[in-house]
Amino acid sequence: MTPSTIELPVTADDYRIARYAAAAIALTVAEAALPSPLPGIKPGLANIIVLVVLVRYGWRDAAWVSLLRVVAGSLVIGQFLAPGFFLALAGALCSLGVLALAQHLPARLFGPVSVSVLAAFAHIGGQIVLARAWLVPHDGVFYLLPLFATAALFFGTINGLVAARLLAVPVAPPPSAKAAA
Amino acid sequence: MNDRFPDGLREMLAQVTGDGDLPWRALLKPGDWLLLVCAAALVAASYPLLWRGGVADRAIVKRDGQLVTELALNVARKYEVTGAIGTTVIEVQPGRARVLSDPGPRQYCVQQGWLTRANAVAICAPNHVTLQLAGRGGKNSSYDTLNY
Repeated sequence: MTPSTIELPVTADDYRIARYAAAAIALTVAEAALPSPLPGIKPGLANIIVLVVLVRYGWRDAAWVSLLRVVAGSLVIGQFLAPGFFLALAGALCSLGVLALAQHLPARLFGPVSVSVLAAFAHIGGQIVLARAWLVPHDGVFYLLPLFATAALFFGTINGLVAARLLAVPVAPPPSAKAAA
Repeated sequence: MNDRFPDGLREMLAQVTGDGDLPWRALLKPGDWLLLVCAAALVAASYPLLWRGGVADRAIVKRDGQLVTELALNVARKYEVTGAIGTTVIEVQPGRARVLSDPGPRQYCVQQGWLTRANAVAICAPNHVTLQLAGRGGKNSSYDTLNY
């Protein structure tokens, strides 16, 4: 007697999102190995992938990649449901909210760098609000805000430049078509 | 080595490393520059804005919870308070204050050294004397060092 198998139909979209999410998770894991001067200050390299996906495929795909990255990335580095996971989730949700607005900036004037910097600020904002409300219920956390904001500006710019560099290269064959074939 | 990366990342790496030179400056549009300058200004402004609240400008000396005196932290001076078991000497210097000597047996408030931040407190319990710094009443004014 063969156990019945359930086949979930997999679309080209699913393949594409999974590929980009895998790339983002790889960057998250690589980044977890880097020492950080202050908890919360990280390059956020996975956001490069989110930016690229946002520009190429739209907000819905970017949201999928970002949230899959947070959940699966935290599983891989053993942080799932730890405080760091919720901070990352709050940051990701806030920056997705800002990305939804920032993608409508006139493309003639604003490139990925602007979007990246805005998202980085939203990221740090979401994290610090959650930290203030839940982890450190004291206004003292806001003393760290200038440092976080500096890091957000710096890494947001770098990530945006890398994303802009990636986006400047045209996609030769659409990767989704190849994967789905 | 390359095939250890997931597909998407590998493709991207190939794109970035394979393609010729593209100056970084070409990737920034006018709006990006504007936004970067504004963001940098905001970040720079956030330092004095958020870190100023801790600056103390006067020392409050109390005995039995009753205000004895307030000393401005801009001139160096010494102040003596007579408490329950003797005399506590408070020393003030520009921007900071400390308990110089106290008759208490364990000298906790003396060993605390210089107080520099607003809302910092040194308590000489045996002598019923406290020294507290006060700032310009920022949003943290209801917290003191006891809350940490």
